[in-house]
Amino acid sequence: MNADYLELSDVRVTFDGFVAVDGVTMTVPRGDLRFLIGPNGAGKTTLVDAITGLAPATGSALFGRTELLGRKVHRIVRLGIGRTFQTATVFENLTVLQNLDIAAGAGRGPLTLLRRRSSVPAEVEEALETVGLVDVRDKPAGVLPHGQKQWLEIGMLIVQNARVLLLDEPVAGMSAQERADTGELLRRIGAERTVVVVEHDMDFMRCFADSVTVLHAGKVLSEGTVAQVQADPRVQEVYLGTAAEVGA
Amino acid sequence: MRRELGALIGFAVGALALLVLAPALLSDFRLSLLGKFVCYAIVAVGIGLAWGRGGMLTLGQGVFFGLGAYVMAMHLKLADAGPSGVPDFMKLYGSGEVPGWWEPFRSPVVTVIGVIAIPSLVALGLGAAVFRRRVRGAYFAILSQALAAAFAILLVGQHATIGGTNGLNGFRSFFGFALYDPVNKRMLFYIAASTLLVVLAIAWQLYRSRFGELLMAVRDQEERVRFLGYDPANIKIVAYVVAAAMAGVAGALFVPIVGIISPASVGVVPSIAFLIGVAIGGRSTLFGPAVGAIVVAWAQTTLSESFPSFWIYFQGALFLLVVAFLPSGLSTVASLRRRTREAT
Ligand SMILES: Nc1ncnc2c1ncn2[C@@H]1O[C@H](COP(=O)(O)OP(=O)(O)O)[C@@H](O)[C@H]1O
Ligand SMILES: [Mg+2]
Repeated sequence: MNADYLELSDVRVTFDGFVAVDGVTMTVPRGDLRFLIGPNGAGKTTLVDAITGLAPATGSALFGRTELLGRKVHRIVRLGIGRTFQTATVFENLTVLQNLDIAAGAGRGPLTLLRRRSSVPAEVEEALETVGLVDVRDKPAGVLPHGQKQWLEIGMLIVQNARVLLLDEPVAGMSAQERADTGELLRRIGAERTVVVVEHDMDFMRCFADSVTVLHAGKVLSEGTVAQVQADPRVQEVYLGTAAEVGA
Repeated sequence: MRRELGALIGFAVGALALLVLAPALLSDFRLSLLGKFVCYAIVAVGIGLAWGRGGMLTLGQGVFFGLGAYVMAMHLKLADAGPSGVPDFMKLYGSGEVPGWWEPFRSPVVTVIGVIAIPSLVALGLGAAVFRRRVRGAYFAILSQALAAAFAILLVGQHATIGGTNGLNGFRSFFGFALYDPVNKRMLFYIAASTLLVVLAIAWQLYRSRFGELLMAVRDQEERVRFLGYDPANIKIVAYVVAAAMAGVAGALFVPIVGIISPASVGVVPSIAFLIGVAIGGRSTLFGPAVGAIVVAWAQTTLSESFPSFWIYFQGALFLLVVAFLPSGLSTVASLRRRTREAT
């Protein structure tokens, strides 16, 4: 049974009369590396906020058969929905290992919590390998360069057993090499998960996207493969200033 | 590993100083004074946990200290009055009858449980109401302070049942031991000092546990913790309740050592005074809050004996200096020196 997909229908978020997300309907199957693009202010972050319980929304967001809207943030996380933020937010005073250990532990009972970590949990070891942070595991997360912080965040999603990963501009501010590495990482972890990447960078999208949803003024403007979306005249119009880039 | 060793050495030094050196070197009067400061230190360890590790600036620990103290004081008054007797002040100011809610505290067992359970339950209720509504930062600080003010006012108004402004005093015995006997007074000091060491051991275990890591994570990035699937309110409530229990125990020990508990010892001013030693000693360190509390209280007593009006300015200036320049208290100086030594 393949119930591991995200199905949004008519999701709507209103701030004091301003409609930031205006009836978004989309389905992201498992194993799909979906890019969510759109100009600044299109509502991408707000859509992610709605799915993760941060912004009050109407409509429906189903994960498998479970409705997500209306639940508390930490309950949604426990259902397997994980996200990152536009600015990397790791626990700067804790080591990389401690960051991952905390992320892995939401299901721990009180007795485990009151004891010291005696060994490194297997899933944490594995995540350290996956995101390539084995060498810096005992460093405080605060001293990591920006790229590694983002990978640490992705590692935290992996150990918290997120089935759906919502990543808000994960490669912003990264070097070309870091972007390429991040793309490969997303490919690897995306195979058995549902991944939505909010992104501005068209090159990055072209290299790694399986499918693309274009958001504009809170609405879905276009959806399809990279080629289909790039060929869509409406998309070109929205990205008028950057039309050359989209079409290139 | 080095940190473990440091903590063990700290415990050894603390035990030596409190259980061996102090009783050997200090007069009975000074030792009893130190006993009082040790009670403040127990409160300080709790504040270190709630504020230093958990980021909850609690300006109202006087409430929990007071609850523990009054529970103990009620028991001592009842014990002095004898089986089904009436405490002296009630005959003077009250109806001459013991109110029903005093009765359970005739039992020593109920008293000992109450000293821990009553502050804990109050903290649990408050914490659940406050942290679940995401009240934090300055709002929480002000709220907790208002609570201490309200608590003191409530006590002042209850002249007939809990002694009003005078509070409860004139205790003659402590669980059967006569309080005028110097040997028993020394025993009280040993009890307080051992309690401080136990409380520090509890704090140590909490700090090195996964809970301690989680608490720091909540302090630094509460929202992020939510997105890992935890409810940060629960984590904060646990730390707040433990801090309240520590304050309650400290209050209960304060009563036989000092011989009086009154609203003046539990209101806004003492609640803030509890904080000063913690800030100066280093709020997020293990031993800093306790050491800071004892040193500040000691300095206050010595300095205000010789320069009565000077102390309050000195204390204010020191507090401002530490808050402005040394966010982790004077212990920052030690770690700075260590760092420079390692660098060279
Ligand atoms: N909390 C909020 N209150 C009011 N308006 C908001 C709020 N959050 C976002 N918006 C508005 O909603 C629109 C969409 O924002 P956002 O989702 O951040 O866009 P994107 O991530 O696509 O750049 C913007 O016009 C923004 O100003
Ligand atoms: Mg955004």
